[in-house]
Amino acid sequence: MIGVMKTPDEFAGVSRREFLARVGALGGLVLIAGVARVVKAEDARKYGADSMPHGWSDNPLAFIAIGEDGIVTIIVHRSEMGQGVRTGMPLIVADELEADWSKVRVSQAPADEVKFGNQDTDGSRSTRHFFEPMRRCGAAARTMLEQAAAASWGVSVGEVQAVNHEVVHRKSGRKLGYGALARAAAHLPVPARESLRLKDPSQFRYIGKGELALADGPDIVVGKAHYGIDTRLDGMLYAVVARSPVLGGKVVHYDAAEALKIPGVVKVLKIQVSVPSAKFHPLNGVAVVATDTWAAIKARNALKVQWDDGVHGGYDSKAYRAELERAARKPGKVLREAGDVDAAMSKAARRVEAEYYLPHLAHATMEPPAAAARIVDGRCEVWAAVQAPQATRDDVAKHLGFPSENVTVHVTLLGGGFGRKSKPDFAIEAALLSQQLGGKPVKVTWTREDDVHNDYFHTVSVEHLQAGLDARGKPVAWLHRSVAPSIVSLFGPDPRHEAPFEQGMGLINIAYDIPNLRIENPEAVAHTRIGWFRSVSNVPHAFAVQSFVAELAAAAGRDHRDYLLELVGAARLIDPTALKDGWNYSESPQRYPVDTGRLRRVIETVTREASWGRKLPKGGGLGLAAHYSFVSYTAAVVEVAVSDKGELTIPSVDIAFDCGPQVNPDRVRSQLEGAVVMGVSLATLGEITFKKGRVEQDNFHQYQVTRIDAAPRQINVHLVPTSDWSVPLGGVGEPGLPPIAPALCNAIFAATGKRIRQLPIRDQLTSA
Amino acid sequence: MEISINETKIQVTAAADTPLLWVLRDHLGMTGTKFGCGMALCGACTVHLDGQPARGCVTPLSAIAGKKITTIEGIGGTPAGKAVQDAWLALNVPQCGYCQAGQIMSAAALLKANAKPSDDDIDAAMTGNICRCGTYPRIRAAIKQAAGKLGAKE
Repeated sequence: MIGVMKTPDEFAGVSRREFLARVGALGGLVLIAGVARVVKAEDARKYGADSMPHGWSDNPLAFIAIGEDGIVTIIVHRSEMGQGVRTGMPLIVADELEADWSKVRVSQAPADEVKFGNQDTDGSRSTRHFFEPMRRCGAAARTMLEQAAAASWGVSVGEVQAVNHEVVHRKSGRKLGYGALARAAAHLPVPARESLRLKDPSQFRYIGKGELALADGPDIVVGKAHYGIDTRLDGMLYAVVARSPVLGGKVVHYDAAEALKIPGVVKVLKIQVSVPSAKFHPLNGVAVVATDTWAAIKARNALKVQWDDGVHGGYDSKAYRAELERAARKPGKVLREAGDVDAAMSKAARRVEAEYYLPHLAHATMEPPAAAARIVDGRCEVWAAVQAPQATRDDVAKHLGFPSENVTVHVTLLGGGFGRKSKPDFAIEAALLSQQLGGKPVKVTWTREDDVHNDYFHTVSVEHLQAGLDARGKPVAWLHRSVAPSIVSLFGPDPRHEAPFEQGMGLINIAYDIPNLRIENPEAVAHTRIGWFRSVSNVPHAFAVQSFVAELAAAAGRDHRDYLLELVGAARLIDPTALKDGWNYSESPQRYPVDTGRLRRVIETVTREASWGRKLPKGGGLGLAAHYSFVSYTAAVVEVAVSDKGELTIPSVDIAFDCGPQVNPDRVRSQLEGAVVMGVSLATLGEITFKKGRVEQDNFHQYQVTRIDAAPRQINVHLVPTSDWSVPLGGVGEPGLPPIAPALCNAIFAATGKRIRQLPIRDQLTSA
Repeated sequence: MEISINETKIQVTAAADTPLLWVLRDHLGMTGTKFGCGMALCGACTVHLDGQPARGCVTPLSAIAGKKITTIEGIGGTPAGKAVQDAWLALNVPQCGYCQAGQIMSAAALLKANAKPSDDDIDAAMTGNICRCGTYPRIRAAIKQAAGKLGAKE
């Protein structure tokens, strides 16, 4: 018996209802129908959802259940971490299904990509990849209900129509509710994909409206929402782990005598994994298992552990920065080259050079990593707040020595994700401890210190830029060297270079009108776990490029907006492969070209809305930045006020955003609001440093994040409107973040003349 | 020992130094109050003790004898708490929602003490509550909306 599942239906599925899906009985059919697209390496190049492991599914039998009471349960297979996917996905299905939203319930899918398609909730792609499959899913179920009604009345299906949770026969005025039709509809074959009749967008009732309340809002405000850390199982023990403070470190010896004296402590266990690379594996350590979390924390702190630090024991942020700077000042691997940069640079009327530094960041999700597991009769169940349910399932299975089908992963709500919870190391810890405890249920909770010490950190980078300007101040030569340890270092031998997906995040794919250009990537070696952090490499690349463009405008004595628009150049569609970006967020270069017209429009929109050029009191300044990421277009204007003492406040931020059509505009706005705050946070405060291989920060007093008093007082979101639903959808969760830090620093320059080239800003304004 | 939570007397057996947070979560199964830092730095564990906001992660069981504890599960029973919850829903404040229990507890305490908080008052009362998703603009707006609704009822 599980103590605090969100609702009895939440994880048990909807087995008590009459199932449109009939999942158990027809599991074989689902597979035979082959709805899930499995991508194989030998297949031709696939894009979008097709390119992801297990592709996508639009099978209504997997996603929709209708009870005889008319309640429609829609399964969400993506993880909710604040982006609103548990509202956004179901509203797409419900719209095409013509369901009454008040009769819709949302249920979370367990890890099962064969059934649901890809579940990796990252890369700003849930809505982008599943908008169309979810529409078809709803339309197919609607068609089955219409067919069932038509059959029961003995009329042609063309004479009936689903309208607001019932099917009506116009000629006779007869009506049947969805509940009454569910059983009959469940026995009909799923209509062929090609035969489906999708709504005309003018008929949308939920899509694009942004008028629905959050699916989990009512539970959240009364404390009933269930996160990974909230899992309670009968007889459950509580574990807290002392992990190696250094990547690759091992336990040499530990003394648990003091720990075992603490009342409530049950056992002290070693976690030892022998793996060639960090990947998502647990770190080596010593776990304390107790009857409550507090006893486990106290006992963990009482452990005496002697570590062998291994090869990364010398990692030192100061020395490493110097190493990156040395690398950035010498030629490196050329990623993209056009024209003759060296010749153009030597002939330029003026040369400008700047170097930017961005430190490691920790995700610091408000819910620290936590997971529970138990093993019964060779089957493991895991409850975890994870962005990668299938990887969690497969990796737990591998570590336990079980087949994947013997592992069930129940996905809870995530108390923040930001990329941290794409790595299920903490869920594997829970499973391994349960195995050592003979299958007993156990919950592992990371303290905040554990989270800050042992995160998968955002990369650290030095970005070196040079430009040659002509007599009018326009750049005729551009050199960008980016040096940063790669996320790929997690998975095998350190490539020492940014991977295509990191290069494609605003380094090589800048679409500026510059004739001579070279992008280089000198080597950098990783000494800690580098992980995806919201917007990933777009953060350093956009900071450097957008700061540098402002520096060039200042050097040329030009208005920054005019200068940026001139650099972007005329509206044109650019094939990303022409920019040497063969990745393009895994999207087709034909379907998703880089559209400089859309980039221009967000710049024009945001500067107009923010009254660019307006006079501000002394110490005030406006700063601009624009960036293409996750196949969406963002521009921001930040207004700052800097006091005589150098104290920074941010009265307002305007952000203009073009992601194509917006399925749930309210959540698009909230994602942008959140991205603005996170951007301010990383720009002003965020920094993780290492000494002797160990993180120097422990908790929020040292790893600081923005609080309400320092957040922008006003955030104005300007969504580029569109009613054209044939425009492919762009990402939403991440693209708001990259322009914020450079826009903020450009505003500080406008206000004070001081150019910030290293983050965080912290006391750079007061100490000068 | 016996403690009073949300108007109900409950018997608890836990070490005297156990923070109220873990008493609630692990011993009583009341998981609405969240763990965020363990050092009173983030506000996720905010509860009310005799109507005053307090951080459950640094309040040992031994310090709460005789005090009335209100948690997120019970705050809706107060006019300020209900108004705050309603405003939170009306403005779709939460993103991930994890910190919101603490935010709501701090906001309810603010409105109980100050019917018409200024922006500075809101900053002062809410700055101990971190939201990593960045819902601050909506939190500010929701507090003002709740204040307006409460004021209209008087």
